[in-house]
Amino acid sequence: MSQVNQVKLGAKFIADTPHRQSHDRCLWAARMRRDSVASHIPEWEEMRELASQIKKHTLTHLDEYLEMFERNLLANGVHVHWAETAEEHNRIVYEIFRTHGVKVVTKGKSMLMDECGMREYLDERGIDVYEADLGERIQQLDRQRPSHIVMPAIHKLRGDVARLFAEKLGSDPDIDDPTYLNSVMRRDMRKNYIKVDAGMNGVNFGIAETGGIVVCTNEGNADISANVPPLFVASMGIEKLIPRQSDLALFIRLLSRSALGLDITQYTSHYHGPREGQEMHLVIVDNGRSERLCAPYWEVLKCIRCGACMNTCPVFRRTSGLSYDAPYMGPIGIILEPSYDLHRYARLPYSCTHCGSCGDVCPVKMPIPEYVFYWRDTIVNSGQDEMIHRLEEDGMELVLRSASSLSKAEKLGLWALRSLPQGLLKSGLNPWAKWHANPEPPAETFRQYYARKRKEARKPDSNSQTPD
Amino acid sequence: MKVGFFVPCYVDALAPEAAISSYELLRRFDIDVEYIEQVACCGLPLTDMGYDRKACAMERNLVKHFSGYDYVVIPSGICTDQVRNHLNAVEQTPEVKHIRETTHDIVDFLHDVLQVKSLPWARFPHKVALHNGCHSLRSLHQARPTELMIPDFSKTEALLKMVDGLEVAYATRRDECCGFGGTFSVWDASCSGQQGLDKVSDYERNGLKYVTSADFSCLLHQQCVARKFGVDIKTYYIAEILNGDAV
Repeated sequence: MSQVNQVKLGAKFIADTPHRQSHDRCLWAARMRRDSVASHIPEWEEMRELASQIKKHTLTHLDEYLEMFERNLLANGVHVHWAETAEEHNRIVYEIFRTHGVKVVTKGKSMLMDECGMREYLDERGIDVYEADLGERIQQLDRQRPSHIVMPAIHKLRGDVARLFAEKLGSDPDIDDPTYLNSVMRRDMRKNYIKVDAGMNGVNFGIAETGGIVVCTNEGNADISANVPPLFVASMGIEKLIPRQSDLALFIRLLSRSALGLDITQYTSHYHGPREGQEMHLVIVDNGRSERLCAPYWEVLKCIRCGACMNTCPVFRRTSGLSYDAPYMGPIGIILEPSYDLHRYARLPYSCTHCGSCGDVCPVKMPIPEYVFYWRDTIVNSGQDEMIHRLEEDGMELVLRSASSLSKAEKLGLWALRSLPQGLLKSGLNPWAKWHANPEPPAETFRQYYARKRKEARKPDSNSQTPD
Repeated sequence: MKVGFFVPCYVDALAPEAAISSYELLRRFDIDVEYIEQVACCGLPLTDMGYDRKACAMERNLVKHFSGYDYVVIPSGICTDQVRNHLNAVEQTPEVKHIRETTHDIVDFLHDVLQVKSLPWARFPHKVALHNGCHSLRSLHQARPTELMIPDFSKTEALLKMVDGLEVAYATRRDECCGFGGTFSVWDASCSGQQGLDKVSDYERNGLKYVTSADFSCLLHQQCVARKFGVDIKTYYIAEILNGDAV
């Protein structure tokens, strides 16, 4: 697959002022609400540390907890499946549906299923999947990926949704009132809910000691998927485990506050086995996770998918999630995606100003900024030459050269500032020039100032200040 | 106290006044300041792009010339962060560890090492926007980042409050990154530029004309974006104000 050029895709979104501004404001508002609700909890920073410790403990004892989890799931009457790869996950899910004669499925939001490309897989095999999360359904209708892991259609304006619903659902394209649009979707989805044969969900937390799974939503869509149809299939990455029921409260307190600045999600749904007359399956997925567990960046597995890093990321807010062209986007995306496909995502770790805010908001204290450096180093040293050559073309050569042989480059830079005609500097050769006026060249550098002062000091009649 | 003074490449080439103010400010105190002439660059652009394993020769040169001082002071937050936190290509000898631990930027050197209590020579009777650069904030811990729910503190603000007549102010998005990001500003000029424009527009909406920071790189970026888009701001590296050179 070709390499994702986030910079190029992001530049298009940046140039679209109404979309960019709305996106940036909505997500910054989420970040501000997060700060506000977190500031009301005196033990907030201790909670982050404790959550990090619990996740680290679980991940370093994952084999034991996974076996305990499976025992309890089986005791609760849940069918348990293990999938090593995305392909295997999709095959297992499809087999369950095929043997049950399932044709129509409703599905709650699941990053894991997006990661596995499950909807497309089922689509190709004649199974209709209806997304039950509003934002996710909007994206499904528009044939786009989710642009944010918690707010999948946050890059769209109301007018975009009105036009999309008009085209797909026959509503009035000129009414972009949210209540109207909601009612259009509700009417349409209720038709679908009645005919579904099976429901699917992701999992926010799996509890080893009870075999329970917990799903957090704000729309109750998980409960539709889990409670309406006679067959319920959930999928969970192996890293989603926590040891005890009593550990859950901590994560529930952190999740929604970090994600949206809300004290708690509207619905926190606990499933401990099938309803009477229902069949419940859980597919537990590796898909590279046990490899990541052995890697220097293993703490990415602590992630609870809250999206706080995206909301605070100055690059993400201005370029939107679609520009990362990957299941995971923003800060978590740029440190996670290269582990799936190093070549395809080799440019992503460069979509970062090193501001470090993502690490500070992360409720489980993933060292995201550190991992950005790790990936840049790995990318350069794994022979991703194509990109480095392009870097040089992009004008990076001067920067790199300046670091290795500075005084030359410094002189060159000063000479360029003074001598090159403005037109050349403003041309495409200089990516700075579109956004920056040229810095004003100083009369002398500090080096020259220091040499001059020293020379003046040597003259006996000098009365100027004397550097030693 | 023997203090080495290192002037990073971009400061030397583009903002010698920041280095001159810093140097003269240091010389006001009872310390022995020596300019480290033989080092031009801290290696940040290499680390930034992922070439840090290739920075070994450069780091060896830096270590050679940064040795023998009680402290090294750098008038730049990002370069100080580089020396303290990313000097990884060379072997971590006791000498290297000493350098990493005793390298400071102007703010933490004045605040933590010299523990300066007053700056009687400094006067700047204006409202000044303080931009805490991301490295100063989150790597050098010079102030509380707004995300962290810890007791509030700001070494930078404490120093600025010693300046006669100066009133500290902030942009509405108090510590959002201004988008410079070193090589990022070349790699992704559009995003970097948009971030810079958003930042200077924030000052403009708040009627803030003067901007200061312990990171000259942020100021250079902001000043050039502001000039390009006709936003009227004047930027000062923090030592220019603390030394009484800003007028």
